[in-house]
Amino acid sequence: MSSRYLPWISTLVAIVAMVVIWKLVIAIFDVSPFVLPQPEDVLSGVKDLVNSDGFWTDVRVTLTETLVGFAIALALGLGLGIVLGRVAWLEQAARPVIVASQVVPKVALIPLFIIWFGFGMTSKIIIVALLSFFPILLNVILGVRSVDTGHRDVMRSLNSSRWQTFRRLEYPSTLPYVLAGMEVGIVFAVVGAVVGEYLGGDQGLGYRIVTSLNNLEAETLFAVILVLTLFGFLLYLAVVALKRFLIPWHDSTIDSTRAST
Amino acid sequence: MSAETTERRVIPRVSGALPDGEAEIELRGISKRFTARKRETLALTDIDLGIRKQELVTLLGQSGCGKTTLLRILAGLTQPTTGEVTIAGRPLWRGDHRDDDAVRKLGLVFQDANLFPWYTVQDNIALPLLLRKVDRRERQRRAGELAELVGLRGFEKALPRELSGGMRQRVAIARALSYSPEILLMDEPFGALDAMTRDKMNMELQRIAQATNATVVFVTHSIAEAVFLADRVVLLSARPGRIRSITEVGSPHPRSLDVTAEPGFQEKVLELRRQLTEDEERVSRQGVSE
Repeated sequence: MSSRYLPWISTLVAIVAMVVIWKLVIAIFDVSPFVLPQPEDVLSGVKDLVNSDGFWTDVRVTLTETLVGFAIALALGLGLGIVLGRVAWLEQAARPVIVASQVVPKVALIPLFIIWFGFGMTSKIIIVALLSFFPILLNVILGVRSVDTGHRDVMRSLNSSRWQTFRRLEYPSTLPYVLAGMEVGIVFAVVGAVVGEYLGGDQGLGYRIVTSLNNLEAETLFAVILVLTLFGFLLYLAVVALKRFLIPWHDSTIDSTRAST
Repeated sequence: MSAETTERRVIPRVSGALPDGEAEIELRGISKRFTARKRETLALTDIDLGIRKQELVTLLGQSGCGKTTLLRILAGLTQPTTGEVTIAGRPLWRGDHRDDDAVRKLGLVFQDANLFPWYTVQDNIALPLLLRKVDRRERQRRAGELAELVGLRGFEKALPRELSGGMRQRVAIARALSYSPEILLMDEPFGALDAMTRDKMNMELQRIAQATNATVVFVTHSIAEAVFLADRVVLLSARPGRIRSITEVGSPHPRSLDVTAEPGFQEKVLELRRQLTEDEERVSRQGVSE
């Protein structure tokens, strides 16, 4: 059996298994539909959700918050990461601040941002940016430092100019780290947007969670979760696709079965 | 000061300087001092060495004797503490400023292939040409030619990770040759290869050196390899690194592996081994007295 198809087969098996266990739990423990609705009800819940008023507006709001916040995090993470990666003393000076702001449970700051920036998109964008900023920053710092000294010697022995060293060596060396940071960052970005809307929003997919919970609509709640999973998954796939496009040469992008020694 | 004079009596200072005008590469009074954690180490001292055009010189010595440092000094990657490097009559350093035109004459092959994983074999070979702003078509043509020379025809589009260690090292050699340097500097280029591949690469190297008329300086810790390749073997002693002896190897290039069975070859290998062992004993005695 070709292992190319293995992930697809295993995904299918996992979904089927989950649905079976789901139905079994409901049947055996006689769970109320308010607690755990039937899978088919959730599916029709998704259909109702998609057709409901303002659904696409909510998707657009959450998507905008996620993408704008993520873009800010990427720009800041790259800029600051390159500087801190190159200037060792500055990184040492900034380390306590970085560690402190890493350790603060950032989700706990959300109410504060809502007080400061209101219930609109701004507060969520800031939360998204804050959450996805750190994994990007840390990876960029690591990436800037990970340029191989042997490669540097090659460039130096070839009289390479400052720009050529950046363009031909430092940029491609750092790229895999930037993308690794983005991979983690995009997941955090979705979490930030949803939790932000959940705690203090008046629109977006996170806000839908609150309304369906308040109305005790378990199917809708499950449907929103399902849609959000797909939402996060598609964004993650976009980053992975970008990675495959930008660094096809890197070990992280090849199938383990095709990799040579 | 007095300790140094007594030591000099024990190890005679060997000068590898050539008569005026004969040397393509000249090292005069080279020393190198490293400072790490407030401790100074004298890596090299009193190095005088001349290398003729199209000569194949091997630098032989135990690990830590400063042979890599010496090659890096030749390559302009490390600045000597004292002394002067001259390449084709031009000093390599003027103050802290490196003469980039002199560096252009040099081709460097490192212990590791140091290929860029994001470039194909072809682009790795042609990297020096890219940096010299040679146009794309000419780069491709030259890369193809060199792939042929090092026996990698058909692998132009492969990525480094798809190649074996020996193939990668051959790409590194092709890269160093891409701009036809007059001088090839090689730092244990075949050290990581298995014995069979190593023998084959040593044969190839002779062929390539002849085909390109290059002057070659080759660093190794293998006595047999040093004697097999060299016109002259420069043996370095350790702590501090200085020239212990210079051995002329007479037989003409290209040499086949059969030379290694000849008595003259064996004699030279044995003599160098004796000197190396003696040096090792001296270093370990030093270690005790310290």
